[in-house]
Amino acid sequence: MAMTMTQKIIAAHCGRDSVGPGEIVMAKTDLVLGNDITAPLAIREFEKYGFDKVFDRDKIALVMDHFTPCKDIKAAAQCSEVRAFAGAYRISNYFDVGEVGIEHALLPEKGLVGSGDLVIGADSHTCTYGALGAFSTGVGSTDMAYAMATGKVWLKVPSAIRFILKNKLGKWVSGKDVILHIIGLIGVSGAQYKSMEFSGDGLSCLSMDDRFCIANMAIEAGAKNGVFAVDDKTTEYEKLKRKRSVIYTADPDAEYERTFEIDLSLARPTAALPHSPGNTKPVDDCGDIPVDQVIIGSCTNGRLEDLANAAMVLHGRRVNRNCRTIVIPATQQIYLDALKMGFISTFIEAGCAVSTPTCGPCLGGHMGVLARGERAVSTTNRNFVGRMGHPESEVYLVSPAVAAATAVAGALATPEKIGVV
Amino acid sequence: MKVHGKVIKYGDNIDTDVIIPARYLNSTDERELAEHCMEDLDSSFTSVVRPGDIIVAGENFGCGSSREHAPMAIKASGISCVIAVDFARIFFRNAINIGLPILECASAARDCENGDTVEIDFDAGTITNITKGLSWNTFPFPDFLQKIIRSGGLLQTLKNDSAGI
Repeated sequence: MAMTMTQKIIAAHCGRDSVGPGEIVMAKTDLVLGNDITAPLAIREFEKYGFDKVFDRDKIALVMDHFTPCKDIKAAAQCSEVRAFAGAYRISNYFDVGEVGIEHALLPEKGLVGSGDLVIGADSHTCTYGALGAFSTGVGSTDMAYAMATGKVWLKVPSAIRFILKNKLGKWVSGKDVILHIIGLIGVSGAQYKSMEFSGDGLSCLSMDDRFCIANMAIEAGAKNGVFAVDDKTTEYEKLKRKRSVIYTADPDAEYERTFEIDLSLARPTAALPHSPGNTKPVDDCGDIPVDQVIIGSCTNGRLEDLANAAMVLHGRRVNRNCRTIVIPATQQIYLDALKMGFISTFIEAGCAVSTPTCGPCLGGHMGVLARGERAVSTTNRNFVGRMGHPESEVYLVSPAVAAATAVAGALATPEKIGVV
Repeated sequence: MKVHGKVIKYGDNIDTDVIIPARYLNSTDERELAEHCMEDLDSSFTSVVRPGDIIVAGENFGCGSSREHAPMAIKASGISCVIAVDFARIFFRNAINIGLPILECASAARDCENGDTVEIDFDAGTITNITKGLSWNTFPFPDFLQKIIRSGGLLQTLKNDSAGI
């Protein structure tokens, strides 16, 4: 039976020649992920049910990234609980302050996830690793506890929507604009329970960082996973990081529920307006939107190329005095690379605050929480009511280039609008 | 099993950030989470909800984050079932895994109104709106999911049988 890329990876991980959409299977996981919010709950369940060993101490990643460096006593207690568990079970991939980065930037960087893998994580943006040609999906803490004990997860085999990408992106247009456009097109439940599979000759113009960003936000269209066909860029990215990668390709006669052709050359800088990632509009059509705070970072857009784009816009300019601007490199390595390349100086000289890696403000945790009536423009992934602070605050989602231009203008703007060529 | 309660009605795309805002995720205590359930959408929820009450909502209930704190907070509030047109997939599996009853039924989701009294018979797969005199049949979940539900949650299935499911 012809299969999609996702179905092939799932079949290979449950010892089957083929699987079909709608079937429920138990699949083996290559990596199980949890963070400082979801792992404490998983650990508590794991212990409550009396489990006393993990399936493989090398295949569990515990990443203390959400409320760290700990924002309050309760957050510190949660980290402390995970730290004790990691010590007791000798978990190899435990990442704490000093080494930690935002999980979905960190795990690919460390080579802990790669093409052909089946990865589950107790975090909805686990779908990010689809950029590498992996099947990866977000689950809950109970699933994480079950997988830590058994190495397995129950999965309903998804059907798929295919996105054939064509042509090349224009200047100041990035993966973020592409995925926001797609979510606007199909809606926040447009891919519910399904895979989003990306292929086509347009892939060649998308950097790995663009692909991570696109796969990352598949969940915002309700998808189970987003996955990219593996090409030379993927192989090149993985070459230095991984010993072994397995490449799966969709069968030519695989069935898709729908197929969309996306002409990348038509994509424009796009914003998602409050309070839904599906409420999208070209930035140029948004009108005058004064902004109190800009965030550049997150598992969606805190990678080196994102910071490079922001630095290009901010170089030699100052952020508007009424617009607090916070830049958060997603990992320590990205921070260091950005430092060596001069981006960090550019940010500080422009009047930005630069923070150690953390998810912090994206979910209204810390490092930039909004007051009643405030408005943020952010490179993060969700703009639900109260997402970044007070329920009467607002979040606009954009690319790093647009966020940087907005910081300079003090109002939503494209780089062109502030005179960057 | 039968449950009986009043309807608390919400719309489409109820996300996990309004079910339980992230600022409370520095706790895993279900009572504490329940105190803030639905806070950013409906500040009256915690004072109105009574044990057995039923949340009825539109499409894509529970979209957003993977936080299991969301179904936990709903369950600990005393909600006996969530009926929706459909659920976001992580919320769906979290609810099944922790034993929060959920049902997908578009017509019940459309016709039940705030304050209606509803009875659900999970064995028969029926939803009855006593106030309006309407009744609907629901599709049973696949055997695999029913086994998790009957066991009282995913980890209990492993406890019952070390081979798992």
